[in-house]
Amino acid sequence: MTKTKIAKAAKVDANAKVDANAKVDANAKVDAKQEMMAFNGDEAVAYAVKQSDVDVVAAYPITPQTIIVEKYSEYVANGEVLTEFICTESEHSAMAACIAASATGARTFTASASAGLALMHEMLFVASGCRTPIVMAVANRALSAPLNINGDQSDSMAQRDAGWIHIYVENAQEAYDTILQAFRIAEHVDVQLPVIVGLDGFIVSHTLENVDVLLDDAVKAFVGERILPNVVTHEGKTVPFKLDPDNPMTMGPIALPNYYFEFKRQQEEAMKNALKVIQQVHDEYAKVTGRSYGNALIEAYKLDDAEIAVVCVGSAAGTAKDVVDELRSEGVKAGLLRLRTFRPFPADEVKNSLQNVKAVAVMDKSMSFGGNGGAVLHEVRHAMYDATARPLIVDYIYGLGGRDTNPKDIKKVFNDLHTIAHNNRIGKLVNYVGLRE
Amino acid sequence: MSREKTWKEIALAGVCSKSSTGFMTGDWKTYQPIRDLEKCTKCLMCVLYCPEGAIKWMPEFGKVEFDYNFCKGCGICANECPTKAIKMELPESAEGE
Repeated sequence: MTKTKIAKAAKVDANAKVDANAKVDANAKVDAKQEMMAFNGDEAVAYAVKQSDVDVVAAYPITPQTIIVEKYSEYVANGEVLTEFICTESEHSAMAACIAASATGARTFTASASAGLALMHEMLFVASGCRTPIVMAVANRALSAPLNINGDQSDSMAQRDAGWIHIYVENAQEAYDTILQAFRIAEHVDVQLPVIVGLDGFIVSHTLENVDVLLDDAVKAFVGERILPNVVTHEGKTVPFKLDPDNPMTMGPIALPNYYFEFKRQQEEAMKNALKVIQQVHDEYAKVTGRSYGNALIEAYKLDDAEIAVVCVGSAAGTAKDVVDELRSEGVKAGLLRLRTFRPFPADEVKNSLQNVKAVAVMDKSMSFGGNGGAVLHEVRHAMYDATARPLIVDYIYGLGGRDTNPKDIKKVFNDLHTIAHNNRIGKLVNYVGLRE
Repeated sequence: MSREKTWKEIALAGVCSKSSTGFMTGDWKTYQPIRDLEKCTKCLMCVLYCPEGAIKWMPEFGKVEFDYNFCKGCGICANECPTKAIKMELPESAEGE
């Protein structure tokens, strides 16, 4: 451990921006002592996994996720953790190993990105179908071709229908916090679904930040042991849901047209349950640490009286908050909605928070080619269809392949929104930020 | 007719309610062949045509028997039967999970 540790009391300076719409009182007494570490997003994830008493990590390195498993393999080599670390020959095998490990009742983690996540595609459905609560960090990166190692959200957005919970973080602190929460969410008896924690490649994964971490004991108390729901086996015994030679069971075998559909419906119910569980776990964590992120599903920033607003996912929210602050100081009623949880999609929360806004710009850091807008636009517009008052909604594709999106770019989006709200009509539905036309 | 279970009643993640020996490939069929002994002339065309070998000539009983544990319900026997002695019918119990 070469990181500088600065031990300090738990009452961490509540970042005003992050806590702007916190449900939990940031001034409430926080019990847990914390330490400040210098971590980039990947290191913050690795550290959270280290503290979470993970039994198995099976992984294959890929940029910009590499540091996560690299750092974790150091922990293993140093004997700092008791984890079984499996170096596989591909991401497809890594996910297969994770599924098998998780099926035995082991707490399981992996990390991937871009082409690696794409190679896992088939196994992602097996993981969610087998209800294995694996936690995976995805350091979001563009997909080839042309080859690009930089950040955008094409990789995990392309996996949005694989039955995994998707939570996107804004910074390294939130990456640490969310990994700890992710094990609790995934392993909750009413959920039992794998979770992807998305952190923007390089912007979050490789940027050094001050990260407040809990002490090991506090994490142990919060994350706890993996809970196993009971199932009835073919022998008629009610036993914990895990592969166990003493209580044999078969998971995920063939289900023909007469039963397959029913299993998929179960997964949808688990997703609905996850909406509540994500919030419960987040609120409990906030009580321990004093840190919260909106209501865990969405983070509304200066949105209450906003006339124009931007919706975004991931680290762009940090930039957008600065722009909102600047515009507010100029008297412009600007706001921001950050989607923290993308699957399950918090449709009601999105609807309620945007229905009084006049014009909304949805920011998409991935493309749905030929899809008349990106994935986030589709979801947000769909959520607004039943709203009592519908804002005008436009899409802005931004940051593909690591193209920088700076405050000036986002300010231009707000300027466009101002015009849209004033004219009461949108120009083009799909627009591009920082693209040479 | 044994009722198929709802999504609320089945176990998590496709955990099997029966041992693997309790599942027969014959469960895959929708329709099953029913033979009319009056019309059957014991020509054994059905035995020859069955792609699964699920129809057997039982000389000791002097008749053909269907093995419903392996019959996939393809209906070729019914189609080929020269006296139309075989009909494809929905089974009374639609078991098979």
